[in-house]
Amino acid sequence: MDLALKIWRQAGPDTPGEFATYIVREVSEEASFLEMLDQLNEDLNNQGEEPIAFDHDCREGICGMCGVMINGDPHGPQSGTATCQLHMRKFKNGDTITVEPWRASAFPVIKDLVVDRSPFDRIIEAGGFISINTGAAPDANIISVPKEAADSAMNAAACIGCGACVAACPNSAANLFTAAKMQHLNLLPQGQPERWTRAVAMVETMEEYFGSCTNHGECEAACPKNISIDFIAWMNRDYVKAQFKNVAKASQ
Amino acid sequence: MTATKRSPVQTRSGWREWLGGFFTSSVGLKWIMAITGIGLLGYIAAHLFGNLKIFTGTDAAGNYYIDLYSEALWHLGGHLFPEGFLLTVLRVGLAAAFILHIWAAAVLTKRNRVARGSTRYRASRNWAASNYASRTMRFGGVIILLFLLYHLADLTFGWANPEFHHGDVFDNMIASLSRWPVAVLYMVANVALAFHIYHGTWSLFRSLGTANPRYDPFSRGFATVFAAAILVGNLSIPIAILAGWV
Repeated sequence: MDLALKIWRQAGPDTPGEFATYIVREVSEEASFLEMLDQLNEDLNNQGEEPIAFDHDCREGICGMCGVMINGDPHGPQSGTATCQLHMRKFKNGDTITVEPWRASAFPVIKDLVVDRSPFDRIIEAGGFISINTGAAPDANIISVPKEAADSAMNAAACIGCGACVAACPNSAANLFTAAKMQHLNLLPQGQPERWTRAVAMVETMEEYFGSCTNHGECEAACPKNISIDFIAWMNRDYVKAQFKNVAKASQ
Repeated sequence: MTATKRSPVQTRSGWREWLGGFFTSSVGLKWIMAITGIGLLGYIAAHLFGNLKIFTGTDAAGNYYIDLYSEALWHLGGHLFPEGFLLTVLRVGLAAAFILHIWAAAVLTKRNRVARGSTRYRASRNWAASNYASRTMRFGGVIILLFLLYHLADLTFGWANPEFHHGDVFDNMIASLSRWPVAVLYMVANVALAFHIYHGTWSLFRSLGTANPRYDPFSRGFATVFAAAILVGNLSIPIAILAGWV
């Protein structure tokens, strides 16, 4: 199929960007969206033009590097799919596809479709970890985990940190990311010792960079891992509880 | 990698530091909005319940029940309190809930503006999950506030109603709402209110963190039924007065 691509071009963080239109011919329906961009970049290389910069790594939907707005949808029209796993059969011959980077104050454009998502790293550094002694591998199943907690924690842990939730949110809030990264630890026994300090630290770091939740649900719809906004509610609950728990702990 | 500049959405200094983390965090402000929202929703339901007495006519002595109801509000608590005391306490609480709700909304809106910044999408974008109600919360809230100010001037204090007589609730309502522009204003404002509470009633469970997958259909259903009941009830009054049914 032949496609017209309207792609955001921006030379650097401090230069203004604009849309440029390119034609890609004979795109296979079996190509992924990123393979189609590769094809365009080969054409641009051959013509001596600057190829389009875009983030990508594993190309199997688990690393969280890729992600662009495709025709106004984060990761494109197919739900529960990262950009790398979106196939060109979702488009028709002759379509014009608009491709834009994630937009948020916290995610400034570095070049073309690449944005700086390092505020996510700041949130993880604040509390998205557990502190354990390293050494010999512990016995498997030495700590019992309720089945429901394990399932729910796994649903949250599916977050790949791509930033589609922020890109989708009208308030540029990162609540879905932060909630997923918090709750997959807070739901498990291993996460309990730091649960309440984690809740406060992660929320307050998140709020330095991102907006607030108004419960639109756009993030859930955009999430390539279909992470539920219920985790945001549970994060809110943990944040409130933490206020009391941390005061109580301070008196011990 | 290039160092990128960001303006912080939120910093902890000044009054924020003094007030403490929770009540100045966005999650805490949403919690304030939810708690005050519950109070305001309760008030809206009680207010409608009282107003529907306009349809119940008069007692044997010829007094309108709605006038007796307003009289009873002044004597809330019977002889336990001075006349109007409990009503004043309720009014102060209601005003405080309104002020906190609006203050929290204003602070959050400002933060969200900073977070979105000048980085709006240049191409159009699709809405996959949000609805008209959720996207017009701020706009609708401003309409409701402006209407509220008019409503107080019209039927509480009587400044906007030339035929206002304190205590004659029935006559005041008829005098005000039989003017069609006023009746239309009331209807438009109540449609805005219904949209606002349709999203708010569902959203508050999430802000408070009490949402649970098992109860989500219930909270969605409750929000829909509640908003619809308030809408129908509130619209019935101006429509009935305009049509001459009461």
